[in-house]
Amino acid sequence: MTRPITKTVEVPVADGDGERYTLKMGPQHPATHGVLRVDLELDGETIIKCSPQVGYLHRGFDKIAENRTYAQSLILTDRLDYIAAMANNVGYCVAVEKLLDVSVPLRAKYIRTIVCEMSRIASHLLWLATHALDIGAMTVFLYCFREREVMLDLFEELCGARLTFSYPRIGGVRQDVTRNFIDVLQRFVAEFPMHIEEYETLIDTNRIWLKRTVGIGVLSATEALELGLTGACLRGSGVDYDIRKHRPYDAYDLVDFEVPISDDGDIYARYRCRMEELRQSARIIQQCIDQLPPGPIISEDAPDLVMPLQGQRKVEAGSSTYGTGLIRLLEEKGEFPVGDIYVSTEVPKGELGFYFISDGSGRPYRMHMRSPSFIHIGALPALAEGSMIADLIANIGTLDVVLGECDR
Amino acid sequence: MGEIKESEVQEPALIEIADGVKKIPGVNAVLGPLNMLVNWGRAGSIWPMTFGLACCAIEMMDAGASTNDLDRFGIIFRASPRQADCMIVAGTLTKKMSPVLRRVYDQMPEPRYVLAMGSCACSGGVFNSYAVTQGVDTIVPVDVYVPGCPPRPAALMQGLIKLQEKILQEQYRWSLWR
Amino acid sequence: MESMEIAEKLQNHFSEEVLDICDFHGQVGVVVKRERIVDILRWLRDSPEIKMDHLMDLCGVDNKKRQGKNLLRLEVVYNLYSIPLRHSIRIRAQVPENDAAIDTVTTLWCGAEWPERECFDLVGISFTGHPDMRRILLPDDWVGHPLRKEYPLKGREEWSGLEELKHKVVQLQEFGLSDGILRTKEGQTQTKGNEES
Repeated sequence: MTRPITKTVEVPVADGDGERYTLKMGPQHPATHGVLRVDLELDGETIIKCSPQVGYLHRGFDKIAENRTYAQSLILTDRLDYIAAMANNVGYCVAVEKLLDVSVPLRAKYIRTIVCEMSRIASHLLWLATHALDIGAMTVFLYCFREREVMLDLFEELCGARLTFSYPRIGGVRQDVTRNFIDVLQRFVAEFPMHIEEYETLIDTNRIWLKRTVGIGVLSATEALELGLTGACLRGSGVDYDIRKHRPYDAYDLVDFEVPISDDGDIYARYRCRMEELRQSARIIQQCIDQLPPGPIISEDAPDLVMPLQGQRKVEAGSSTYGTGLIRLLEEKGEFPVGDIYVSTEVPKGELGFYFISDGSGRPYRMHMRSPSFIHIGALPALAEGSMIADLIANIGTLDVVLGECDR
Repeated sequence: MGEIKESEVQEPALIEIADGVKKIPGVNAVLGPLNMLVNWGRAGSIWPMTFGLACCAIEMMDAGASTNDLDRFGIIFRASPRQADCMIVAGTLTKKMSPVLRRVYDQMPEPRYVLAMGSCACSGGVFNSYAVTQGVDTIVPVDVYVPGCPPRPAALMQGLIKLQEKILQEQYRWSLWR
Repeated sequence: MESMEIAEKLQNHFSEEVLDICDFHGQVGVVVKRERIVDILRWLRDSPEIKMDHLMDLCGVDNKKRQGKNLLRLEVVYNLYSIPLRHSIRIRAQVPENDAAIDTVTTLWCGAEWPERECFDLVGISFTGHPDMRRILLPDDWVGHPLRKEYPLKGREEWSGLEELKHKVVQLQEFGLSDGILRTKEGQTQTKGNEES
């Protein structure tokens, strides 16, 4: 990746007269991307100590999931990272499939890959819009929402919802894609690189943007690893870790794409990584459309809540076992497995992991989510301490956090 | 001094621009009962305070962005409660957040309105757990409920129009002594 | 390297500590005692042929209703992954109920600070040597640990902060300082404010 100017490292200078004061930012603040509170100790405008306070959106996901069946908990994952809900759904389904040993038809795998990448585009566009807005570039917001709206409309055509989809199912997907969906998506993917250039024209070499991002919030590879960062935040620091490549799920081992990496580790590097990821997402979608095979979209042994297909399913709608797919699975397979499993997927924010403990009862004995945002906000002090208070906003933006996922 | 024709002394036709509010043509003035004038002004410039909490906040942002554009209703989002007269509670309200919500509500100047957006704000939604307040109306009085999980931007617009209708029907809510 | 191979190496190296090795769908979990957990994880991180440099996940589990030998009441689960060598392993450290504490691993991964706080908050395992052992997701004066098995989904008693808030709201209404209609617990509505005048 080429950079327009050389990196300058600004040494923060404590410009106060040694008098410290504390500032509490949030939880209701427009630049914190949700209900995040940051307690700051300041010397002049330099941050001496920064301690984020989370939990203002803690809803008790883990506890609720323990009281539900696997299929029922799917709807909760929508409300985790509501900007890229589809990626969460797929992550959950992949984990449960591994646990229950359910196979997925090839067509469903391709469709899931498409929707995952679409949600990556939608999420990164929202990230870019709000990040630029925080730093002071209003126009980018309007441009990004224009394309994001196309994504949401496509999702709506696919499953009827704009934000909380619950479209993938354990063992496949809910409905097949339509001809119109593919056509519109094809057109979008073809012209999307042009739009990316448009955004880049707006901010890529903008002097204010560069001043606010280059050399700010620098993390070395070792630091980023120790902090547990994943996703673009880790790759911006030069560590080649993408779960789509390391532990491929769905159709990611069948398509060709690159993982953008930058060694600089500052906000600008992470921004460049995400912009490249947008291009790669468009590329993946294009390949998936080209390779999309015919066939079933949901596995025969799927414990789902899908309306039974005529003549293919044993269970009739209205019969006593309809809707209780897991009971059916229990009857067919004998029993649920006993054991624990950790499966992670690459969502737009980073590594989303699900840790399940099954005790053979049909409900998870314990479900734990490794949410990238939670870990990323934990890394905020490492980024912000010693920098100026104005850079705090840029640092929160670059971590790309969603509080719903952080607090669970 | 000619005879004044009847047609010339005729009052210029007032244009009714809202219920009870009339505009005098050619003059920069409106005419009507004070109550209705105040309601008309208030309904046409709802400045909501963004209380974005969860998923619904994204749809609220969307409602304000290019496709839906709430500005055309005179609705401009304010980040400070001191400048707002309506609070859109968008998303799940947890118990930890409840005192903050009430404090922000108390900071708003009267008259103030609350719009509960989404199932979680209306009733707790799918999160019937130890950490979630079951409906914001246990903490603050709510004027308009917008159901949906999350409601579409159009639904939010409908809710805001309902709020405008409610404001237009208010009586005597414009003086200090009420 | 295969996960089973790592587990066996770990057993050879820490034969006193390893209680059990379990394999499920190709994922290997090693049940260990809590005393030398930091040494175990440091060894896994720093051995050149294992090099587990990425702590994927850290969470606490309540084993009250779980079947299994060598299990104590509580458990801390560490999921490790090696980015250069691409292999993973799970370490399950057993913690007794009467002394729910384990050494912190923030000395190895500073990013473990928040997951450990979460574990303390929701499961009630405290970490000795942790720089900031407070509740993180729930308010500081919350009673109980929600992910313990005896904790009901909706909780037993209302959080004191919310009770206080509701009391204040009722008081404000009585003074006429709050307008509008508020839903009370019983589903009835209280009317106060500007309907008359």
